[in-house]
Amino acid sequence: MTVVQAKTVEDLAQAEARDYVWTLNFGPQHPATHTTLRLVLLLDGERVVDAIPDIGYLHSGFEKLGEHLNYNQYVTVTDRMNYISPLANNIAWHGAVEKLLGLEITPRCKYLRTILAELSRISDHLLCNGAVGIDVGAFTFFLYAFYQREVLYDIFETLCGARFTNSYTRVGGLMYDAGPLVVEKIRAFVRNFPRTLDDMDKLLNRNRIFVDRTKGVGVLSKHEAIARSATGPIARASGVTRDLRKDEPYLAYEDFDFQVCCATAGDCFARYLVRMAEMRESLKIVAQAIENLPAGGVNVGIDERTALPSKQQVYQTIEGTISHFELVMTNRGFVVPQEEVYDAIEAPNGELGFYLVGDGSDVAYRARCRPPSFIHFALFPHLIRGHTLSDVVAVLGSLNIIAAELDR
Amino acid sequence: MIDRQTTAAVSSEFPSLAWSEFRGQSRAVVPRDELLRVLKFLRDSRGFDLLVDITCVDYLNYRGAQDRFALVYLLSGTRTNERITLRVFVNEPEASVPSAVPLWEGANWMEREVWDMFGIRFEGHPDLRRILLPEEFTAHPLRKDYPLQGRGERHNFPVLRRAEG
Repeated sequence: MTVVQAKTVEDLAQAEARDYVWTLNFGPQHPATHTTLRLVLLLDGERVVDAIPDIGYLHSGFEKLGEHLNYNQYVTVTDRMNYISPLANNIAWHGAVEKLLGLEITPRCKYLRTILAELSRISDHLLCNGAVGIDVGAFTFFLYAFYQREVLYDIFETLCGARFTNSYTRVGGLMYDAGPLVVEKIRAFVRNFPRTLDDMDKLLNRNRIFVDRTKGVGVLSKHEAIARSATGPIARASGVTRDLRKDEPYLAYEDFDFQVCCATAGDCFARYLVRMAEMRESLKIVAQAIENLPAGGVNVGIDERTALPSKQQVYQTIEGTISHFELVMTNRGFVVPQEEVYDAIEAPNGELGFYLVGDGSDVAYRARCRPPSFIHFALFPHLIRGHTLSDVVAVLGSLNIIAAELDR
Repeated sequence: MIDRQTTAAVSSEFPSLAWSEFRGQSRAVVPRDELLRVLKFLRDSRGFDLLVDITCVDYLNYRGAQDRFALVYLLSGTRTNERITLRVFVNEPEASVPSAVPLWEGANWMEREVWDMFGIRFEGHPDLRRILLPEEFTAHPLRKDYPLQGRGERHNFPVLRRAEG
């Protein structure tokens, strides 16, 4: 088989002159792309000779908006990046803002954010693995996964009133504290979810069709994974042991006992297994955190002048009233240093970081997001070359590309 | 986040680097001509094998800024867990830097995004096209002199109707 390195659409047109090579347009609206992304595939029979990703269909200028919305308003935009795990984006965004401010959040807030980050990891991995399942024909598996996502959405709804776009974090704290009902629901989830995971493992891990469709498909070597900046479960499935939760412990991860899940094969099946294993580890973290949830407030103190004081403080103390008005008045807000900072978390998809430039006002001068989907989609042509057309959906699914985060 | 030895080793190799630190993050300002050599040295000799991100900041109207653009290279080591931020300042007439694609394949799309959004050229990039915006777009919208609501590009898109298309 001859491999043609076509870079542009013009190259493709020339390649078309060789009549045995077909070009196939895949997307931007296609059930198996899940979101809006487009691929131009060059096919020799059923073999993919080359693939050219064409992205930008969902570009909405999130980074430009970040230069015009203040640090609390922009959290609503981060929800819409990776909307499969919006809470992880909220936590990453305000983590970066608090690093810029040099703010130390309360222990209860740290624990709650850790729990929510792990629940969103489970939610994201359920969707990703469920979608891989449905793309290669395992519909039951998908339904098992989606039933549990519904339970998670129910928890998020009880927590903050929103199921999908949560916007739950605030600078220096959270929107509300978690009530006893939330804690009870999370406990129930920790109790019941392992049974579903066992069922899901039984459905696919040794399923002949699934294993044949994913094993040895889209292999990414360890060296390639590092050279192409892969992070998260995709890098870990290739044998890179990097996990920011262990390597640069943030929030409360130092307090918990959990393992970093890795594989060495680097194919779609390894990525599936790593995600399945990570859900169990996430559940371990949630179980430890929810039983040891510290008491106390979720917002930083009134002296920090960043989080809104409680209503009791506003109505009964002069400091509370002043602080409240300072924060809600459009020409006041809080002051950030004129500095630059990068802060990243281990989001479900990989390293999600924000590069923030502060200019003194409460609006970021520059709010760069390092989107894992964008970096991972660049891997796609490399992974698919030489495989068949039906493998496109398996590889695409295992990379977990969320187009809203890809294009921002 | 970074070892003292690393800073010392890099400084002795490249004395022209200007170091600073904020919230425990080490940053160095690199002269444009030395960029590739510094990147190569960090990757090969100091274990910074992961290119986390390449991005750009437009300092138009920024208080106290001397230069127009800063390119920001975020590096990390997968074994050492060190992080370093490199900044290169470039200015308008010849706003370009050498491409990092020969060192890291992953730099390809990151540099295309910077070109798309800021209009900074990467010399030696194999495929420097726009990535998020359509090829016929004329401006670089993340520059500070580009308005938030655009310059009417959306209103002037050609409308295709089913009968014509």
